[in-house]
Amino acid sequence: MSEETLRIPTMAELSAEGKSPEILFWVGCAGSYDDRYKAVTRAMIRILNKANINFAVLGTEESCTGDPARRAGDEFTFQMQAAMNIEVLNNYNIKNIVTACPHCFNTLKNEYPELGGNYDVIHHSTYLQKLINEGKVKFGGGEFKGKRITYHDSCYLGRANDIYEAPREVLEKLDAELVEMKRCKSKGLCCGAGGAQMFKDAEKGKKEVNIERAEEAVAVRPDYVAVGCPFCMTMMGDGIKHFNKEKEIKVLDLSEFIVGAQDL
Amino acid sequence: MLFVTALLVTAGVIFSRYKYIRRNIELGKSWKGEHNPAERLRLMILIAFGQKKMFARPFVGLMHFVIYAGFLLINIEILEIVIDGITGHHRIFAPLFGATIYQILIGFFELLALGVLTTCIIFLIRRNIVKVERFDKPEMKGWAHLDANLILIFEIVLMFFLFTMNATDSILQMRATDLVNNMDAAHYKVFENTPVRFLVSQALIPLYDGLTTTQLVLLERAAWWFHIVGIMGFAIYVTYSKHLHIFLAFPNVYFTRLQPKGEMNNMPSITKEVKITMGMEEPAADAGMEDEIPSFGAKDVTDLTWRNILDAYTCTQCGRCTDVCPANMTGKKLSPRKIVMNVRQRADEIGQRMDEMGEYYKPDDKMLYGDYVTKEELMACTSCNACVEACPVNINPLEPILEMRRYVAMEEADVPDAWKAMLTNVGNNGAPWAFAPTERFKWADEMKNQ
Ligand code: SF4
Ligand code: SF4
Repeated sequence: MSEETLRIPTMAELSAEGKSPEILFWVGCAGSYDDRYKAVTRAMIRILNKANINFAVLGTEESCTGDPARRAGDEFTFQMQAAMNIEVLNNYNIKNIVTACPHCFNTLKNEYPELGGNYDVIHHSTYLQKLINEGKVKFGGGEFKGKRITYHDSCYLGRANDIYEAPREVLEKLDAELVEMKRCKSKGLCCGAGGAQMFKDAEKGKKEVNIERAEEAVAVRPDYVAVGCPFCMTMMGDGIKHFNKEKEIKVLDLSEFIVGAQDL
Repeated sequence: MLFVTALLVTAGVIFSRYKYIRRNIELGKSWKGEHNPAERLRLMILIAFGQKKMFARPFVGLMHFVIYAGFLLINIEILEIVIDGITGHHRIFAPLFGATIYQILIGFFELLALGVLTTCIIFLIRRNIVKVERFDKPEMKGWAHLDANLILIFEIVLMFFLFTMNATDSILQMRATDLVNNMDAAHYKVFENTPVRFLVSQALIPLYDGLTTTQLVLLERAAWWFHIVGIMGFAIYVTYSKHLHIFLAFPNVYFTRLQPKGEMNNMPSITKEVKITMGMEEPAADAGMEDEIPSFGAKDVTDLTWRNILDAYTCTQCGRCTDVCPANMTGKKLSPRKIVMNVRQRADEIGQRMDEMGEYYKPDDKMLYGDYVTKEELMACTSCNACVEACPVNINPLEPILEMRRYVAMEEADVPDAWKAMLTNVGNNGAPWAFAPTERFKWADEMKNQ
């Protein structure tokens, strides 16, 4: 696909043309600023383009959902963010939101309704699964065929919102060997970044949580660790590096597997 | 007469304990869960009655189930003992069922009792000799440790008396057919010409067979009394112990928080403030006139909801929550079990003080946060919900943690510096990192220019 045809429409542009998108792609702070995670945003844009989805992003009108502020206990900052975002979303009359971040997903889906923001919010794992089932996204194993992949459940997707199968189903399409870590699904182990821990040093202890988790991932000797969350990606990536395994074990987001297999 | 008095005293003590615990639970703020009785009932049947979550560890689950089933069914036997005690009959159910069925029934109970006995011994060994890690955490020293052992020993002793009672009774019944005129004989002559022996206790018969009839009667009566008074004592003891879960597990599971686990409770008072700040709502005319300034988050148990305190009184201190806590397993001070135990300790402390001081009650200067729970513990939580998922009786240790964090952040403004920076960034730049909001869409340009 030539790069000129890549569409990244903003809500402002669409509404100026009097159009409305089928879905809003909520990029999130990590998706916008984090160098590693921007690749996930790009992968999502490629997939949405390829599948010919009528989507839009908010661009500079998007702001932090407030999740880390709320988890850190600062309800005022959280609700200020929520009120601003809800105003923007409601002004554009947004109905459907897709996001790659489980924290944005949880907040938009579960916490905004009480503050006046009611949307149909879907995490990208579920959305990708849907596109695959509808035949809008097609891919084979590609470079992942026969490789060992282990999926790390993020707490805010799994335990918090009961999404365990969608990410696994997406990975199954890769013709790869899916291996589970000792602690998985509802018993999965946190990467250590949730609850705003991403933004401060851990308290004193004998180990970092992400090291404990990465150790478990390394133990199943995967070629890839699959994640569906920006924080998990950072934490698992650092953990794998800690064991000097970053050459053998790559950490990829679900969307990156699809893009890789499809050679987009 | 003596028996009825004992029964009444027990009932009285239990009732006053019930009132005390209920009052302590009601120290909490109001809570109204989602109205969904069908789902609540389903959870209660599955998780409290059916013990579903206990079978996450099949072997321990099975052993616990033996004790549980034993407890449930032996109540029928206790009912008989209580009726016998009140009316002065002996084995009043026996003629009702007929010798064979009665023998099978009691035999079945004895089998359960044997199961309870064995399991309790295994549990004692596991707790004290094998050293399971989760029973060995700092919060499990002292009373918590003693409590767990006491209850196991209690149950073993009770079961032993039960077997002794049944074994001596069997011998007496055998002799009763020969000693028709004796008063005791008449008492023990439950079945015409068919003395019964029971499945398990008959093994003890050779042990007591050498005793005289008088000695046997004494021993049987003593065992009977110890058994039933023991059970009464047990019932009272339970209200002071972690074993309160045998009753509270049911209401507690019924009042499970049904929202998605990731959803943090809203704070409507702040919603109002935010709307005023954003000019979406006028401040109330009497603003500033109210003498009570609302406080944010939880500093003491009275700031938590009654559901949180019910949780705390239900806790078995099994440590399954702490076992799966990522903070705890990596050596941080946080232990969700300890937080839950602290809530109960603090509620008890306030409750006792209220009872001692009566209408002159004055709050003490202690608080849940600060005196029981430290900031270091609270700050280590990743809100991963593993503890909530793991608790076999649906306790939620995360809620009080997050409420106390709100207190730290909003009342004390005392969160770690890195969080202060993050919060400023979110407030000023709309992102937790210090990037300009205008840069937010740069990724798109980068992508187009690739
Ligand atoms: S939610 Fe907090 S307390 Fe509970 S297991 Fe996770 S880190 Fe530990
Ligand atoms: S909160 Fe639940 S899991 Fe934790 S110790 Fe108490 S009963 Fe066990």
